[in-house]
Amino acid sequence: MSSAHIRMDLPMEHSLLDAVPSGPVGQPVSRIEGPLKVAGAARYAAEHALPGLVHGVIVQAPFGAGRVIGLDIAAAMAMPGVLAVIDDDRLVRNAGEFAGAQAPVQGVRDVAYFRQPIAVVVADTFERARAAAAAVRVDFEAVEGVFNFETALGSAEPPTNDFGGLFAIHTEQGEVEEAFARAAATVDGVWTTPSQSHAPMEPHASIAIWAEDRLAVFGSYQAPSVTRDQLATSLGIEAERVRLESPFVGGGFGSKLGVMPEAVAAAIASRVVGRPVKVVMARQHVFDFTGRRAETRQRVRLAANADGRLTAISHEVITSQLEGEAFFEPAGIATHFLYAGCNRMIDHKIVRLNKLLSISMRAPGEAVGQLALECAMDELAEQLDIDPVDLRMRNEPERHPELGVPFSSRSLTECLRIGAERFGWAQRNRKPGSMKDGEWLIGHGMAVAARGNLFGPSRARVAIGGDGRVTISTEMTDIGTGTYTILAQIASSLLGVPLDQVAVKLGDTDDPTSAGSGGSWGAATSGSAVYAACEMLREMLASAAGCRLEDAIFAGGYIEARDLRRSLAELVGNGLETEGSVEAGKTTESFAQASYGAHFCEVRVNAITGETRIARWNSVFAAGRILNAKTAKSQCIGGIVFGIGAALTEELVHDARTGKVVNRDLGEYHVPAHADIPDLNVLLLDELDLAANPLLAKGIGELGISGAGAAVANAIYNATGIRSRDYPITLDKLLPALPSGSGSAC
Amino acid sequence: MIAFDYKRAESIDAALQACAERPGARFIAGGTNLLDLMKIEVETPRHLVDIGGLDLRTVEETPQGGLRIGALVTNADLAAHPLIRSRYAVLSRALLAGASGQLRNKATTAGNLLQRTRCYYFYDTASACNKRELGTGCSAVGGFNRIMAILGTSDHCIASHPSDMAVAMRLLDAEVETITVAGERKMRTLEELYRLPGDTPNIENALAAGELVVAVTVPPPPRGRHLYRKVRDRASYAFALVSVAAVVSVENDKIAHAALAFGGVGTMPWRDRGAEAMLIGEAPSQKLFERAAELILIGAKSNGGNDFKIPLLRRTLVASLIELTDGGK
Repeated sequence: MSSAHIRMDLPMEHSLLDAVPSGPVGQPVSRIEGPLKVAGAARYAAEHALPGLVHGVIVQAPFGAGRVIGLDIAAAMAMPGVLAVIDDDRLVRNAGEFAGAQAPVQGVRDVAYFRQPIAVVVADTFERARAAAAAVRVDFEAVEGVFNFETALGSAEPPTNDFGGLFAIHTEQGEVEEAFARAAATVDGVWTTPSQSHAPMEPHASIAIWAEDRLAVFGSYQAPSVTRDQLATSLGIEAERVRLESPFVGGGFGSKLGVMPEAVAAAIASRVVGRPVKVVMARQHVFDFTGRRAETRQRVRLAANADGRLTAISHEVITSQLEGEAFFEPAGIATHFLYAGCNRMIDHKIVRLNKLLSISMRAPGEAVGQLALECAMDELAEQLDIDPVDLRMRNEPERHPELGVPFSSRSLTECLRIGAERFGWAQRNRKPGSMKDGEWLIGHGMAVAARGNLFGPSRARVAIGGDGRVTISTEMTDIGTGTYTILAQIASSLLGVPLDQVAVKLGDTDDPTSAGSGGSWGAATSGSAVYAACEMLREMLASAAGCRLEDAIFAGGYIEARDLRRSLAELVGNGLETEGSVEAGKTTESFAQASYGAHFCEVRVNAITGETRIARWNSVFAAGRILNAKTAKSQCIGGIVFGIGAALTEELVHDARTGKVVNRDLGEYHVPAHADIPDLNVLLLDELDLAANPLLAKGIGELGISGAGAAVANAIYNATGIRSRDYPITLDKLLPALPSGSGSAC
Repeated sequence: MIAFDYKRAESIDAALQACAERPGARFIAGGTNLLDLMKIEVETPRHLVDIGGLDLRTVEETPQGGLRIGALVTNADLAAHPLIRSRYAVLSRALLAGASGQLRNKATTAGNLLQRTRCYYFYDTASACNKRELGTGCSAVGGFNRIMAILGTSDHCIASHPSDMAVAMRLLDAEVETITVAGERKMRTLEELYRLPGDTPNIENALAAGELVVAVTVPPPPRGRHLYRKVRDRASYAFALVSVAAVVSVENDKIAHAALAFGGVGTMPWRDRGAEAMLIGEAPSQKLFERAAELILIGAKSNGGNDFKIPLLRRTLVASLIELTDGGK
């Protein structure tokens, strides 16, 4: 098979997508797999019916720190249908990290957090396995754990791993303290954000089947090859012997990046009982042992001249993690590049707690970092009596303020300007607490969205069959994002084949390895691999047709050049296929790459009860080429909903005495419901980013959440005059400062 | 979930008989609460008697001018019933403020009254909980207690009653009609039905084993304007932090009738007749309403995380009464 490779060492001069303006790229095409999903024909991980399938349920530690001495399994084994109780040393208690083949922490006798997995029970039905899991008696030796973030802050230490520079631990430049001493205005505040849960709609699930020495797994994973490698390492076998399929994934948000305990448990259990084993997490398990976004304590200090130009930015973050784990919530990640200012200090520290693993969750870093930074900017604007939109514009950097490299593309000013205009920002009342509708205080707020753009290695195979139909195969996943559709759109545009003649096969580790879904890079990486393959196919087809590529037009399943018109089906004979691959190159370092946006919102805060409701929302984003106007907008809307949840309702509560998750169901972990979300008005600006990738597109999946919650907090301030720096801003935090009593309604 | 057997009852008598023959049997109808609790083994009945097929789904007018609501009328149907909407607006609104559309379609009138608390620790079999297992202690007192009760609590239990519907039913002086296997019929007000936790929080109501709720009867609607105001963390599908049910009438500038009940704050749907009596005959005013709130809150006890419920209840009640009496003027 032929292959084509693109490495982003230099910016593109142009993209082929701009040479095929009539193609479907960019169009608001509905999901091509949509009919399968609404008909129930899209098989998710737990839905594969296999002969002889039995069920595994994970047993959880009933204590928060210490050691399992032994399991009394007699009662469980005596229950009907029970096949095995397994506490194999290879079972894992933590999720895998987001990259690398390293197995997660193994050995489930040492207990690091309450309700961590310690065994798996297998039975002929799910109900019997669940009942038996509850009947396993655990003999344990508890030790004193560290469960309370606030009281453990003094033990914070720097993280040890910066993930190849992706998460800078500590940066410093200029004379920060001196700048504060000389500033015309300063802000110095501490913002806190709680633990949060990804809460994807589809719980984590795996089915494992062994045939000889080969393992096949159906799982719900964002990056199946990463998961496969970690699973293989956990089991002590070669990755080549494992196949993982994740054709449909019902949301992940980072919680399905590394291998999770259920896949390892299913694989081990299937080996033991010699039958296919399915392990599906109950909703409580998703809260208990998949992972969380860690709580943060962020001190943000800003110093500015009287004209609003920042002279110093300091962002100090403390977050938490299990002992021995490398990941940390990099809340200062966008503070490096969002605003100008010569004197800067950004710092991260970790407190080690016995609480479930801290992992990547939608926009790790930006999502919570901007909850602090963008509120600090709002406070600074007020202090200086400068419009918050204007304050941002005055601090627009010309180059990356720390690295000195140019921005690949940055349309933040346009987002601010157009967003303000669409929202009617100029008409807002700047005096807090001055707008009222009956009991409801009305406020307007805004904040900036920024999310770093990433690029990485990805491969895809594109084949044209003898019938002229195109098939794309890549291990890349569609986690609800629209991958199926955008890959088909790209191939359809570049090969001139009607969209309904393009089939897309995803999520199978036997297919060319992708970068997976995560870090908002799935569309750009997998799409670019398809682009590379299609570019090669165009050359091959032109050559086969006997025309010059420059003259060739690909449309309607034909190649046309001057007086030549040949169908692709005819040209490819029995078929033609090629593999495209891409990797990041020097443009990663030579340009600062990020997507940007601006959020504007109106909130209503009840003066009696402190209840906050979102009344109006308007966001404008620029993220390079938009590959599908519909799915991109959906991504933005989903992100904003996440941000609203972070601002108002979402908090994964840990009992301070045990570290256990207290609100472990969707009744008490409050993601926004439909009634909480008004019509979210989203506009995507035209932008092309030549340095990013051949598509000239940037990431969008995590852009919407970034800054959204800060816009809500700033609007609450405008409505009430109350600055709550403690997220989520539930009514009890506003109540003490609201005007007393109810006389105002008279 | 432990293994259980299941019998579908064809008649009330058969249901009562089936339950009597099976020690520890539980009736099941909508199952929106019981099944969840069985899955996590908070409830572990060995036998279920399904009463979902019984003819208890009608709403009838009583000779006294009230309504007799079949035990199996769903929350959705009851909320939408023309007689409920026109005469008992407070009940319709309370129902619609509760749960979600899907749950209301399944949940029944009797089941709603008998639903169990949402206390996190009650749901967690790895926690001490006197309601689940008497004598083990209460994890909520020193734990995360944001949603817990402030009225009617004891040292042994601070779990709040989660129902919205029951708050309106308490205000309406609803009576619960039951029947036993011996054929005995009983009527109980909600005050008589529910038990305060005291030192036996595991006993939540006065029903004997095998006693079946067949109907809930409400007397003629009270005079006045109806209001159900629910304060919650999100706009839908969230339990009340505080709710106020109120029916108040003003005649000749004086409060002629007042009935008040509260959700989210009590270990049972809360009512304070002393506060109602204080209002009647008085000219509405914010001062008066604040005095009523203070009276209701005299026995209130919070535990840190739920301290805010005290001012929240006061504020919500006063605002509700001002709204019902045209601004207290």
